Amino acid sequence: MRVRALTLRICRQFIRDKRTLALLFVAPLFILTLVYFIFGGSGSPPKIGAVGLPNAIVSGLEASADVVDYGSWDEALEDLRGQDLDAVLALRSGKPALLLEGSDPSRSRAVLLAVSALQRQSASQALQPEISYLHGKAGMSSFDSFGPVMIGFFSFFFVFLLAGVAFLRERTTGTMERLLATPIRRQEVVLGYLCGFGVFALAQAALIACFAVYVLGMYMTGSIWLILLVNLLLTLTALTLGTLLSAFAGSEFQIIQFVPIVIVPQAFFSGLFPLDGMSPWLHKLTYLMPLYYGGDALRGIMIRGEGFGGIAADIAVLVVFSLSFAALNVVALRKQRAI
Amino acid sequence: MTRIVNSGMGDGGGRMSDAGEPAIDLERVGRSFDGRSILKDVNLRIGRGELFGLLGPSGSGKSTLIKLIAGIDKPEGGRIRVLGRQVPSLALLSNIGYMAQSDALYGELSAKENLQFFGAMFKLPGARLAERLEAALSTVGLSSDAGKPVARFSGGMKRRLSLAIALLHEPELLILDEPTVGIDPVLRVSIWSSLLALRERGTTILLTTHVMDEADRCDRIGLIREGTLTAVGSPAELKAESGASTIEEAFIRLGGEKR
Repeated sequence: MRVRALTLRICRQFIRDKRTLALLFVAPLFILTLVYFIFGGSGSPPKIGAVGLPNAIVSGLEASADVVDYGSWDEALEDLRGQDLDAVLALRSGKPALLLEGSDPSRSRAVLLAVSALQRQSASQALQPEISYLHGKAGMSSFDSFGPVMIGFFSFFFVFLLAGVAFLRERTTGTMERLLATPIRRQEVVLGYLCGFGVFALAQAALIACFAVYVLGMYMTGSIWLILLVNLLLTLTALTLGTLLSAFAGSEFQIIQFVPIVIVPQAFFSGLFPLDGMSPWLHKLTYLMPLYYGGDALRGIMIRGEGFGGIAADIAVLVVFSLSFAALNVVALRKQRAI
Repeated sequence: MTRIVNSGMGDGGGRMSDAGEPAIDLERVGRSFDGRSILKDVNLRIGRGELFGLLGPSGSGKSTLIKLIAGIDKPEGGRIRVLGRQVPSLALLSNIGYMAQSDALYGELSAKENLQFFGAMFKLPGARLAERLEAALSTVGLSSDAGKPVARFSGGMKRRLSLAIALLHEPELLILDEPTVGIDPVLRVSIWSSLLALRERGTTILLTTHVMDEADRCDRIGLIREGTLTAVGSPAELKAESGASTIEEAFIRLGGEKR
């Protein structure tokens, strides 16, 4: 009954605070859209130069790319160097060869998608070009690659901030003291917060994931439900961590000060940036970052199409994070009331 | 070091029920923050059904003492028993109505929603909650504003709503920290008459005030200064003890001679 009342109260407060609601729901979409445009997104179809290709292949390619016919390999190569083309596909000594310009991973990916679509279309032909790059190398990440991590990051960041500030405000305005002058148990307070915020965290997670997949067209092969599950767990971790840390903050401003300490390192270790070059002992820090597990799971689902089995370990770690932060929250509330 | 006047039960009120322990029983209670002593060696017994006023300047330790009794804070030394139970106790909180010095209300919610929320904290069942909600709102004269968001309330209205929340579950013990600050005189009179009516029904009331004429209406008052309870007694006793004609004078004479 108390947990339900607390949940209801938080929902009511949220719904009446339109700006906070907007921050929770609109801000992540806004930033995600910005990132999408900055990192290329879908953009225009790739431009592929065709040298000596059969008509069937050219028309097949044209479904997902602009195809320009060239008389010789050298002519095509010159345009590729001038960045007028994204790739050149040619039959060289009887074998198909694909040369990618390669400086923009999102363009390369678009070319590869177009070519692989062609492969599927004409399976019998066994069109398996030898792939080489003019610049860069294969497997460079792009929005499709770090997008899933971004989804998790925004959920984490905004819920962390809001939960931390909301919990802190309860303390500074005295409502926490007032609440704890009632016979509510400390675990009921934490559980009520989890449920109340959980409702909005889930709604936010659903909105961000659907926006990224259906509006921005982020690459996605797995199950949307798994995405929601991982995102929810990630936001619950953010929620419990935010409320826990707010116990150590005296003002809203001090909550903001946790951002560079708690949020920014997580962004670095979450897989947004390659960690291969990092010294091994520093690399171990990733295991302490909830966002790393969330990002790993989201990436697995969206890019590699992993099912529940493939991300079970990540999910287990996130559950452990949430539960331990929640338990620490119950303990931290002792600071407010002895029992 | 200080003089304790009649630190036992007041005979003036005579309202103490014979049954059981006193409502509040403090023994050598102390509390300090960051090494600075806020309360020193406080001994106090308040009988059941008594209306007890704590009088003292701001910063004297009134609120700290009240929080200790309400079980929100923990003493460093000494023993606190409230309604026959050792403090702090979760079960005890069901029998206490607490009103803090600052209005701890949810601004986004309406008055009614605030009351409903706290009603749920005390697990009041639906029918009783509805009935108590009406009663508490009308006691503080907020019935017609029940649906308004609290953020739009005036300071006095918030104070009244805080009081209504403290009254909501009909607690045996009411602990009110400055209940009438910012409330206009007419309403103050009506709030006081409801407090007196509650006392008639056996509710023990502990309140802090620095309005002297309010202190005069209490069964007994305790004067607190720099963390020490300097005098306890009925208003008449304190006036007689100090040879003063008003509580204000008595307060100055009994509390001020320390330095």
